[in-house]
Amino acid sequence: MNFEFFFNNLPGLTITGLAFGAIYALIALGYTMVYGVLQLINFAHSEVFMYGTFAMLWTVMALGGADANGVELVAILIASLVAAMAMSAVIALILERVAYRPLIKRNAPRLIALISAIGASFVLAELMGLRDRVAGWFGLDDDLSGYVGKARINNSIAGVVDAPRWNVAGISVSSIDVLVILSAVGMMVVVDQFVRRSKLGKGIRATAQDPETASMMGVNPTRTIQMTFLIGGLMAGVAAFLYMLKIETTKFDVGFLLGVKAFTAAVLGGIGNLRGALLGGLVLGVAENWGSALFGTEWRHVVAFVLLVVILLFRPTGLLGESLGKARA
Amino acid sequence: MSKFKLSLTGLPKPVKIVFWLLLVAFAYALPLLELPLITTPGVDFGGVLFVVTMYMLVALGLNIVVGYAGLLDLGYVGFYAVGAYTAAILTSFHANWPLLFALPIAVLASTISGVLLGAPTLRVRGDYLAIVTLGFGEIIRLVAVNTEWLGEAKGISNIARPPSLGGTDGLFEIPHLYWGDGTVLLDTQDTTKFLVFGVLDQIPYYWLGLTVVIIILFADVLIKNSRVGRAWEATREDEDAAELMGVPTFRFKLLAFATGAFIGGLAGALYASRQNFINPQSFLLLFSILFLAAVVVGGQGNRWGVLVGAALVAYLPQRFREFDDFRVLVFGLALVVLATLRPEGLFPPKRTVRAKHLEQELEVLEEGGAEGEEGARV
Repeated sequence: MNFEFFFNNLPGLTITGLAFGAIYALIALGYTMVYGVLQLINFAHSEVFMYGTFAMLWTVMALGGADANGVELVAILIASLVAAMAMSAVIALILERVAYRPLIKRNAPRLIALISAIGASFVLAELMGLRDRVAGWFGLDDDLSGYVGKARINNSIAGVVDAPRWNVAGISVSSIDVLVILSAVGMMVVVDQFVRRSKLGKGIRATAQDPETASMMGVNPTRTIQMTFLIGGLMAGVAAFLYMLKIETTKFDVGFLLGVKAFTAAVLGGIGNLRGALLGGLVLGVAENWGSALFGTEWRHVVAFVLLVVILLFRPTGLLGESLGKARA
Repeated sequence: MSKFKLSLTGLPKPVKIVFWLLLVAFAYALPLLELPLITTPGVDFGGVLFVVTMYMLVALGLNIVVGYAGLLDLGYVGFYAVGAYTAAILTSFHANWPLLFALPIAVLASTISGVLLGAPTLRVRGDYLAIVTLGFGEIIRLVAVNTEWLGEAKGISNIARPPSLGGTDGLFEIPHLYWGDGTVLLDTQDTTKFLVFGVLDQIPYYWLGLTVVIIILFADVLIKNSRVGRAWEATREDEDAAELMGVPTFRFKLLAFATGAFIGGLAGALYASRQNFINPQSFLLLFSILFLAAVVVGGQGNRWGVLVGAALVAYLPQRFREFDDFRVLVFGLALVVLATLRPEGLFPPKRTVRAKHLEQELEVLEEGGAEGEEGARV
């Protein structure tokens, strides 16, 4: 136990933790919305995120981000954000079309949908991992491997963004962390308001509460489900962009642990609850970071899971309870 | 399918017994037959078959938890790890016990871990339970990675093997078959020493695994047909109704967890003994998912289906090693396709099929009118 280090660095640790937590929260949004509407753990959502990180990486590399500065760099980053969001959204929609819709149509048991999701997750991760092999079939091998490395090793954009550190009241704060926290929380607020106020959001909540009645009231369930996947995908894209800014490296299996963490965050806050996802993500991120400072970095993930088990013991439906459907109308 | 099943159950009892005995004999002889097509090129067939039996064992255990009691457990590999690590510690790392003494302790340890996990967490339902158990499986693995007493990431080697019968030469030698061009010969060069648990020949491990599977299978039949099995099914179908009818659901769920953990720990200890070496890499979350896939692919709740599912999940990636890099990809595709084509699993249990039928009939009745007439016309 390293109390001295912990207390000396408490503010810094908290901010880094919040930044991680914000990324968890954005990914958790995809889990929680799909769960709210379909009562289904979308196991492949972590791969949606992973494709986003690669889209960001490719865009930065293709537009020559390594040599860019100033306004040019900002433009490239915005382009890569759009690319990440588009890529994740497309993957999420394909996922819904291929792995879920046929099952929902046939009213399959929920566990089978989970298996389908797991299968889709394997397929997506392996397609990326074997990208160069697959590209070889089409004779594109050389074209691709020129400017992006193989997906099975770490691909990095380190050094592209040289972010300043700010000194606030004697504490050194990374500007990237602040950017990550602010934009993630901002996006969460936007989505929350969208679901609460817009017509589509009403449809999503109605479907979450009672799909049959909702469809009688003129809500198109297929379209609603598509929308939840789309929003989840877009947010996963934002998360991927922020993750790449902060961590700077990605790999074909980067989604797995993050997906587990994000799902943990969703459950922590109360799955099916948008605000719960934000709260759960932030709590998880901070707790993890504090824990790794106290017990050593190797216990980081253990802290996260122990926290999850303990919280579920006292609040079996998460911190804020389940409520996409019951969301205060 | 049902016709086949009817004609099977309609057979006189002696015929049935002979049929089963032949099937068992074939299962035992499988690695000696060296059948073309089935045998795995490039990998030791006996070893693959051993892994198949371990998956079968694990699937039987997980089937009790998921299939009978309806508790979604994503951390099953945790019990497997507890069994394996207990056996490893007792026979090599911290003591020098022979495997036969370590085995009961390992099974006991994993059963206790099942109760310890279940007692506080079984209040949590559905997917919350899934994520809690997933957390448990990861905690076990991460603790093993970070604890010096458990060998950290390096793992533990020199785990005891099962005792060999008749010293290093065994009691007798059994020749394999050799498939030439259209002729089948006894190959006296290639023999398996009867019950020598060594490094080279994996077939004795397979026989051991198969024997354990058969024993557990008998126990499974007994427990499923007992009051306990019915209580599990009642809990699975409707927990609240079961509770109201006087079934102490919590106690039965805990029992299901403990039974599942018992079998998982047994499989883990046997696996560690064959492998001779374990490290935390052997207990990734991925295996929990594969185990669950084995259960669901076969048809959860049906022990024969589950056995088939386990065999497929363990065997197919080994058989198609030529496609080396694409194994996981193809496996994932297969899962998606299977889920779409057969949402109830390959072999759903009879009760599920009947329930589904009933539901459809009810639906038709409820809709009435046009639907009903349509039904009558068909």
